[in-house]
Amino acid sequence: MQNFAPLSATIGGLLIGLSATILWVFNGRTAGISNIAGGIYPIQRGDELWRFVFLIALPIGAWLGFQFAPSIFADVPKTLPQITLTPVWLVATGLIVGVGTRVGRGCTSGHGICGLSRLSVRSFVAVAIFMATAIIAVFITRHVV
Amino acid sequence: MNRTLTGLVTAAVSGVLFGFGLSVARMTDPNKIWNFLDFAAIPNGGWDPSLIFVMVGGILVGLVGMRLDRILRLKQPIAAPAFIKTTRTKVDAQLVTGAAIFGIGWGLSGFCPGPSIADLGLVPQDVWLFVVAMFGGSWIAGQFLDSSAARHPTTTANAPAQ
Repeated sequence: MQNFAPLSATIGGLLIGLSATILWVFNGRTAGISNIAGGIYPIQRGDELWRFVFLIALPIGAWLGFQFAPSIFADVPKTLPQITLTPVWLVATGLIVGVGTRVGRGCTSGHGICGLSRLSVRSFVAVAIFMATAIIAVFITRHVV
Repeated sequence: MNRTLTGLVTAAVSGVLFGFGLSVARMTDPNKIWNFLDFAAIPNGGWDPSLIFVMVGGILVGLVGMRLDRILRLKQPIAAPAFIKTTRTKVDAQLVTGAAIFGIGWGLSGFCPGPSIADLGLVPQDVWLFVVAMFGGSWIAGQFLDSSAARHPTTTANAPAQ
């Protein structure tokens, strides 16, 4: 199986679970990235600051992980992600993801990690649906078009 | 240290851990996501099931972590006034439609919200357009949703039973 890295994937998942646990126990908030990002505007709720802090810390953590993870885990490549999408495609898909996560009230983290951990029926349904449409989209772009 | 400051520090720690975890799991790479979503590649061995292991790892911790408020009988979070979570329980048309739309965008780009924002720390020049458009899409959709529900998608509730 191509680039399959079960050890680093599981440990990365455990770290994400720990992140969600800290945010819940200390801040009383769900670590759903689309909701954290979607709540920073309109700026009137009085709870934007923690969102900004979290959203700035997220890429910093990713950078730290990029720097140190490859030397800790043999199965993590020390190469930057290769983004091959055109600007038009980036804007179009970004809009789709923004609309979908807002209307469906959650993404892979909010529904996928936190919601499933809470055994939420809504999240089970959401995950099944977005997995299905994503698999279909990839099938069409990779094997049909 | 006062509670507000503690809350910002824990938000920062949580954000760093989340991003670090995404990098360790290599979920920052859209090719990795595509290789998971490409189920047609299963027969010829090109499939990468790593994403399942990420979710299982996260959920294993979350099954306990997201219940710690009840396990520890916390009346409120350590650094905030209240536990805030959605009071929605029903599967409605918006959930189904939104999830379907999100999945299409996720499949076409290989990006979901967390990894795209995390990639601002790795390849900002390649991903910023996606992130800006994602914020725009979320804002536009918010204008069309019920305004009170859109601005308060979660409702304060530390309900004893959930």
